[in-house]
Amino acid sequence: MLSASGLEFCASGRALIDGVTATFDPGRLHLIVGPNGAGKSTLVKLLTRLLRPHSGMVEYDGSDISSWSERQLARRRAVLSQAVEVAFSMPVRELVMMGRYPHFGARPGAGDLHICEEVMRFFEVEVMADRDYGTLSGGEKQRVQFARVLAQIWRPIEGSARYLFLDEPLTFLDIRHQIDFMNKVRSFASHPDVVVVGVVHDLSLAARFSDRLLLLHEGRILADGSPAEVLREEYLRTAFQVCPVLLTNPDTGEQHVVFESAELDVGP
Amino acid sequence: MKARRADRLCLVLLFVLMIATTAASIRFGAIDFSSHDMATAVSGKLAGSNDLTLEQRIFIQLRVPRAILCLLVGACLGVGGTLMQALFRNPIVEPGLVGTSSGAAFGAALFYVFGALLKVNLGGWTLPVAACAGGVLSTYLVFALAHTKHEGRSSILRLLLTGLAINALFMSGIGFLSYVARDPQARSIIYWNLGTLSGADWNSVLVVGAATVFGLVPAVAYAKPLNALLIGEEEAVALGVNVGRLKWIVLTINVLMVAVATAFTGVISFVGLIVPHILRILRGPDNRFLILGSALLGGTLLSVADLIARVSLRPAELPIGIVTAVVGVPVFLSLLRSREYLS
Repeated sequence: MLSASGLEFCASGRALIDGVTATFDPGRLHLIVGPNGAGKSTLVKLLTRLLRPHSGMVEYDGSDISSWSERQLARRRAVLSQAVEVAFSMPVRELVMMGRYPHFGARPGAGDLHICEEVMRFFEVEVMADRDYGTLSGGEKQRVQFARVLAQIWRPIEGSARYLFLDEPLTFLDIRHQIDFMNKVRSFASHPDVVVVGVVHDLSLAARFSDRLLLLHEGRILADGSPAEVLREEYLRTAFQVCPVLLTNPDTGEQHVVFESAELDVGP
Repeated sequence: MKARRADRLCLVLLFVLMIATTAASIRFGAIDFSSHDMATAVSGKLAGSNDLTLEQRIFIQLRVPRAILCLLVGACLGVGGTLMQALFRNPIVEPGLVGTSSGAAFGAALFYVFGALLKVNLGGWTLPVAACAGGVLSTYLVFALAHTKHEGRSSILRLLLTGLAINALFMSGIGFLSYVARDPQARSIIYWNLGTLSGADWNSVLVVGAATVFGLVPAVAYAKPLNALLIGEEEAVALGVNVGRLKWIVLTINVLMVAVATAFTGVISFVGLIVPHILRILRGPDNRFLILGSALLGGTLLSVADLIARVSLRPAELPIGIVTAVVGVPVFLSLLRSREYLS
């Protein structure tokens, strides 16, 4: 289980995260939504210790992560960010193997090689294993990066949960690959020892795939619960400053959120 | 894995190439030695004989240490370039970027202009000590100025730009010193900025050799975290790399290797820039291969350049910095054009 309590983080005198307390359970898919500047990425960075909070605490399995070693942390939590820029290009296989870096010393073992093959099959990138990463399309690159990230936490760890964080992973994917990607995340999140926390922009997609939604606004949690509880008109108006229209697909029961084109008159 | 075996084969080939160029480099020069001359000189020296001929003494005291110094200095510059390009994630970076070589050159220029006024005289060691101190101090200045409380994503970029600025400052300082200096000193400053191995002796081999060993061993040990850095600072942190610590260790290794090498030879440009690129074009960006490979190829390239510097105008010598650029640039450009590199 992942728990954050009283998290605060400021930059240039402005509070980006202003008192966030939440717990995230294994076996469920948690998605964070909110307008630009709400603090979504900052929150993910605090939960992964890519940033350290100015006050508050993040605990993995009840243990404060602030004193963990880099490597100890990297064996349990993996992070996919929205655009990874590779300084000098390399074969796909080598890039995926980087996900195993926290697990081996100088040379990868047979187990590491095996895991790389498995994740590449899972993301259907094994056909491009020997191709140069620089020659792939944007969508292919993102799938390779996801394979690398999952290679890091592919196998269960005794006595500990595994933590997967996704920071706007869908940015460069077309709609088919977005859905495909979210299905893969869902299937990984169904493991009873896996905690998944992600940030997405598309509210309809978030409603469809998440078990639990957190709506972030001005560095605080404005709403937290099931998609139906969070995607309500008053919350969306406050957070996004536009008028939402909530639709339900009569065939599937899926919820969709669209917005009216008129800007909300927020008054003086 | 197949790729690893090919890397190992490539390293063996580079090693053979290095031995071959070294053999040529000790044989040819202002005077050419036959293998018989070389064998008698070495066996005479080993036997402790005191009545070596002038030629034999030239061979033992000048030619051999110079060939070895070439290998060591080339290794230092090549490895420094590989480390800096990996750390800054940038292909145009060369090892002197963080102020090391311009600071060393400034230290050397100060020595040439004011050295006669010095109370402390270290004999032949004064110039290397002045240059090395200049290199270390200017690098420290760059670190100190680039360091802020908020270590974030931009910290490496800030270091790079601070390095550029400090380099410009020291270059203008060197320009000023060579402008106000009288002629022999002014020429020495210019000559030093083009690099030469003519000062090589066994002492310089020992000192640069120590710097090479103490730099190369940790550099190889940190090849894996440097690989993780290829995909970004934040990604490397997520993969369990302590990027803050890695940065300081790698920069310290680079200063050690580049400041010490430059102190004995002057500023030799271009080797540190092209060696990692040539290897990356051949075998990809894996630092586990690049670091060892750049030590071997850096030494080889510098040996070839020094050989050309010694024989092309003999008995006079060209500054080696001129040769490294004239020979290195065409090779580098043709490799750049022939492969899908940097695409």
